Amino acid sequence: MANAVLTAPSDERVSTRNTFQKLLVRPEIGALVGAVVLFIFFSAIAPVFLQPSSLATVLYGSSTIGIMAVGVALLMIGGEFDLSTGVAVITSALSASMFSWYFSMNIWVGVLFALVVSLGIGFINGWILVKTKLPSFIVTLATFLMLAGLNLGLTRLIGGAVATPSISDIDGFDAARAIFASSVKIGGVDVNVTVFIWIALVIVASWVLLRTRVGNWIFAVGGDANAARAVGVPVTKTKIGLFMAVGFCGWILGMHNLFAFNTVQSGEGVGNEFLYIIAAVIGGCLLTGGYGSAVGGAIGAFIFGMANKGIVYAQWNPDWFKFFLGLMLLLATIVNLIVKRRAESK
Amino acid sequence: MNSQQIDQQTLLKDEKDPLTHTPVHLLSLENVGKHYGNVIALRDVTMAVDNGRVTCVLGDNGAGKSTLIKIIAGLHQHDEGSFRIMGEDRKLGSPREALDAGIAAVYQDLAVVSLMPIWRNFFLGSELTTGAGPFRRLDVQKMKDITLKELAEMGIDLRDVEQPIGQLSGGERQCVAIARAVYFGAKVLILDEPTAALGVKQSGVVLRYILQARDRGLGVIFITHNPHHAFPVGDRFLLLKRGKSIGYYEKKDITLEELTAQMAGGAELAELAHELEQLGGHAEALNEVKAEVAGVADAAPESNTKRH
Repeated sequence: MANAVLTAPSDERVSTRNTFQKLLVRPEIGALVGAVVLFIFFSAIAPVFLQPSSLATVLYGSSTIGIMAVGVALLMIGGEFDLSTGVAVITSALSASMFSWYFSMNIWVGVLFALVVSLGIGFINGWILVKTKLPSFIVTLATFLMLAGLNLGLTRLIGGAVATPSISDIDGFDAARAIFASSVKIGGVDVNVTVFIWIALVIVASWVLLRTRVGNWIFAVGGDANAARAVGVPVTKTKIGLFMAVGFCGWILGMHNLFAFNTVQSGEGVGNEFLYIIAAVIGGCLLTGGYGSAVGGAIGAFIFGMANKGIVYAQWNPDWFKFFLGLMLLLATIVNLIVKRRAESK
Repeated sequence: MNSQQIDQQTLLKDEKDPLTHTPVHLLSLENVGKHYGNVIALRDVTMAVDNGRVTCVLGDNGAGKSTLIKIIAGLHQHDEGSFRIMGEDRKLGSPREALDAGIAAVYQDLAVVSLMPIWRNFFLGSELTTGAGPFRRLDVQKMKDITLKELAEMGIDLRDVEQPIGQLSGGERQCVAIARAVYFGAKVLILDEPTAALGVKQSGVVLRYILQARDRGLGVIFITHNPHHAFPVGDRFLLLKRGKSIGYYEKKDITLEELTAQMAGGAELAELAHELEQLGGHAEALNEVKAEVAGVADAAPESNTKRH
């Protein structure tokens, strides 16, 4: 029954869908158009925006959101989302700082301890989710509140203050700072190392998503968990793994915050979880799961960075930033919705 | 006809018990029952599946069809009776275990992940990889080629395996799922209401694929509530009602009319006729139902004798 036309390397019916149309069904297309428009806009009204040092600042701002947006985007493609990310970043930084300070140990012990804590938070989020089958909104809202409380409570209990003591004279600080919070000179401009970590994470995440079995499973558990389970995909492990990946990203950002500022304010981080989710959503990840890309999350974070710094360069009042962000979110999601409908039907 | 007789009667096409050289079924259920708490979902179900044969499970909504396939597909476990695979008593703990035993289920609503490309769906859960260690990656080109080839062999005319599977028609989606199961070495294929949501033409297409899977030597379990779909392709028919088997027939022992009559249930139709009569004013509908009752009454005595 083999059809000669079908086994031929090219099918004449495929050519009807040209490159432009192929591009149009990519999940991140809405964000890409938005990013280009925004870039041209700020370049036009604030010439300083185009200077290399300004771009480096924009990229740094983008990377602090983007590092988390990578994990959050994967999680959203996997059909869940995480409200505890903002405070979990601070929890990670607090853990490393206070563990090393309190036990007078090399800072690297604290850094590893923080990694365990971050992965542990991700694991607990995922484990409760798959065991109780509660929506991730409820589960991670609960962990968000608990972590926010723990951050404040434990910091005061152990250190007696709302911020951790400075760790700049603890052994190993300089090496850790070089990895998590240094900057590299490129063409006379200091580019923060987080920018490179961010780009590396996006590349790894894209590769995992598109070229590995786990990536296939992530799309499947987000698209239709029951169908995935029925064909033998380990749904539970995939979901828990995704929450732990978010934890890992939170650890990197937490370490950056710690080594960039030496101390951690225990009350910080609240509200940042929405920025990460917004970046992923602007980047084309569906809230309902099963669709999106890591690159999209990165573009979403870049839009955030441009809007955040661009408003300053344009010498506007930063009060306008939130309005801008909301508008971008709305426009990008509408574009994504239209694109998705086109992708789903002929 | 008791289950022991059925066991001996139906011969396998080409597989025999390695020890006794007597025929065994690919799959056989004997007096299988299942209850959820104090609710009895299924009891006394006896059926067999052989390769190159189609076993149809017929029943109305709530008859226990879903429970039955969930037991066979490893989503639930039975509480009573025995469930044998190749003559060996088994209790399947998960869909993965069922797949490893060669049992693949194709569900009406959750056959595929609609936003994913066809080739990703085809290999979902059993992806082909190349390379080693951290560089182990999907063998994309090979998977695309195999998908195209396997679907072509099932007679599915595809232009692009990269398109989301949600763009395919319901019948085509079913067929991709069937082709997938066949490719991954399924010996038993469970089809859950594959024609329920389809139009006449699409149903015909799916029925043809069922026959194709059968001709490839698979044992097929075809779940449906439509005797007109079951009869032309089925070799055996199990009728369920309220979680209980109300008949198990070989094709030679039953006609389409009898099957329909059994399915419709003469008593319920008579009751409906009575109710319509009391309401009055529905002369046309009433006559139709009465004619139906007469038809059932004609067929029923004959088929009743074949119950077991």
